[in-house]
Amino acid sequence: MSRTLHIDWTKCDGRGLCTELLPGLLGRDDWGYPVARRGDRTDIAIGRDDAEAADEAIKLCPKLALRVVGGGAGSSGRPAGC
Amino acid sequence: MDEALWAFGRVSGFVSLALFTFSVLLGILNRSGRRLLVLPRFSISLLHRNIALLATVFLGLHVGSLLLDSYAKLNVIDVLVPFLGAYRPFWQGLGTVALDLVAAVVVTGLLRHRLGQRTFKAIHWLTYAMWPIALAHAIGNGTDGTGKWFLVLAVASVAAVGGAVIWRLSATFLETAKAREGGLR
Ligand code: HEM
Ligand code: SF4
Repeated sequence: MSRTLHIDWTKCDGRGLCTELLPGLLGRDDWGYPVARRGDRTDIAIGRDDAEAADEAIKLCPKLALRVVGGGAGSSGRPAGC
Repeated sequence: MDEALWAFGRVSGFVSLALFTFSVLLGILNRSGRRLLVLPRFSISLLHRNIALLATVFLGLHVGSLLLDSYAKLNVIDVLVPFLGAYRPFWQGLGTVALDLVAAVVVTGLLRHRLGQRTFKAIHWLTYAMWPIALAHAIGNGTDGTGKWFLVLAVASVAAVGGAVIWRLSATFLETAKAREGGLR
């Protein structure tokens, strides 16, 4: 099962850190909110190349609006440390 | 040896305060959601955190060196409990209060993902109290705190932080303020 990046819309404030870190996956709408470039808007499939940047985004999101879901064992949705 | 410790204690205190000043400015900039020239938002966020941590290291050196120095007559209790010190207890106590606040802010900052946004944010607001308290401590307690060069720097940083707080409170503070006004009323 592939990992997906889940955006909690009740928390996201469109601050745009994730869109900077994952420009290939996420664009930004006129109000600053992230928009998936393809596929589901809330659960975005992360390829291998984006895994590290996705972890960074989860760590740095100022509103703690991001987490990883899926991906099997070891994925608590929380990044290690910090 | 004592002389050197004492001198080091003073210098590290100033370095720590200067770094905290930058960290507060970067924290406010971070909150606005804006970039700074070529710096992306995530870099501002990382700079804010790392400068705050560096400032905390210097704060540790500041207190540590004065603990070892016999002139300042500091003991472990004074480091944690304010207003009991032997030398200018009020002004030294402000330093202790600032240290306690820094400890709370840094620990909750590093554990943000565990504590959740609400707790993190509630404690993080204390920075707005901590910075002026630390500055007052430096002016009132430091040997050089009322020196001309220090006062010039102090006035400049009060202007910078004061200006940033006024900006923080203004209607157009958020990067997205313009785009969102009207839309979500
Ligand atoms: C481990 C250390 C720290 C971490 C991880 C951290 C993290 C953060 C984060 C994520 C924000 C953005 C919050 C948001 O946008 O909702 C922020 C804002 C801020 N931080 Fe820190 N911070 C740390 C230490 C400090 C320290 C020591 C200070 C003070 C010297 C400070 C001052 C500020 C200020 C003034 C803001 C803006 C708050 C606002 O107006 O809403 N931070 N910090
Ligand atoms: S970093 Fe967080 S708050 Fe900012 S746009 Fe992405 S999910 Fe939303």
